[in-house]
Amino acid sequence: MGIEEKLPSGILLTSVEKLVNWTRKTSTWGATFGLACCAIEMMAAGAPHYDLGRWGMEVFRASPRQADLMIVAGRVSQKMAPVLRQIYDQMAEPRWVLSMGVCASSGGMFNNYAIVQGVDHVVPVDMYLPGCPPRPEMLIDAILKLREKIMQEPLGANGRKMLEARKARGDVPVVAPGSMPSSYRSDSAKRVEWTQAVKEGREEQLRIEKWMQEQRHLQAGGRW
Amino acid sequence: MSALGAVKGFGVTFAHMFRKTVTTKYPFETPVTAPRYHGRHILNRHPDGLEKCIGCELCAWACPADAIYVEGADNTEEARFSPGERYAATYQINYARCIFCGLCIEACPTRSLTMSNEYELARDSRKDLIFTKEQLLAPLLPGMEQPPHEMYLGETEKDYYVGALTNPGTSAGAERAPWSDRETADGSGATA
Repeated sequence: MGIEEKLPSGILLTSVEKLVNWTRKTSTWGATFGLACCAIEMMAAGAPHYDLGRWGMEVFRASPRQADLMIVAGRVSQKMAPVLRQIYDQMAEPRWVLSMGVCASSGGMFNNYAIVQGVDHVVPVDMYLPGCPPRPEMLIDAILKLREKIMQEPLGANGRKMLEARKARGDVPVVAPGSMPSSYRSDSAKRVEWTQAVKEGREEQLRIEKWMQEQRHLQAGGRW
Repeated sequence: MSALGAVKGFGVTFAHMFRKTVTTKYPFETPVTAPRYHGRHILNRHPDGLEKCIGCELCAWACPADAIYVEGADNTEEARFSPGERYAATYQINYARCIFCGLCIEACPTRSLTMSNEYELARDSRKDLIFTKEQLLAPLLPGMEQPPHEMYLGETEKDYYVGALTNPGTSAGAERAPWSDRETADGSGATA
């Protein structure tokens, strides 16, 4: 993405990759790109009650040149698409795109001529966040998943080669980076359970099971 | 502008140090949603493990975003997935389209489709956001058996539906409140 692309092999080691990724994932500044109702939830996530400042990203930069992460919050009309692309092109690499809400992710319920059917038609998207609009926790969850993905990114051409080699050997993590819900990943006991469930291919059932255990009206014969 | 004014101004700032923190601890402590919060769907099961979904596609018809895709198929004596004639051979919900409005829940005639309060759904590909029947189906509780199998709760599908209100299986959202029973004739909650 930058100078690391030009470096000869053998200079950048895995630990350097980790360090660079760590500096990249912490304090990813967002580009202001609120387009609709999702932007309200995005603002709420930035405000003290949810406080994105806990991850060093409470600043939404007005200039794309200072931003690392574009949160496309809302429906993208055909007319807005070139503007969106220009903002993306003006952002300095490394940069990421988070498609917030169903309208940005796929067009949502607006399956018509005016709305771009998914912002991935215009820019590459790193994380899709469903919801209409997603609640601030969902946005925080998506951001944390994206941070986990950034942490696993290969550094430079050789890093990519090493990643390809690891994939060819089948040396991939059991849980794909950015697929575990944040509330599970931040709790060590639940993280183990989720990893085990992924091995058995029943992680979604685990999620429902856990949720049902918390619902007291589902206990004792399905009565309140 | 006196010196007292400045002290007063800083006093406001200083007083904030003693206020209660309002910030939630989200990923470490999951907030309790409203009980009827529209989250991820669940496809429920009867108490013996048979699926409640009869593949009628009413949810797909009700969906304003065209997020649901259902393909029905016939139950046979050899392979029975739900009581009655039909079951859903394919059931998909596209969470890249779903707006969590709950119209599908209202449309469902068997209370097969309900919603949980789960919301951590972000994924990095649109393909992963399409949830299939395997992901949506409720887990097997004790006493349930993985279909296909016979109807264990009675001879015909009527035995499943009559009195189903008092025995909702895994139907989260189909459970009855104590005051609901007052509305039925004999007070049992059953509608025969």
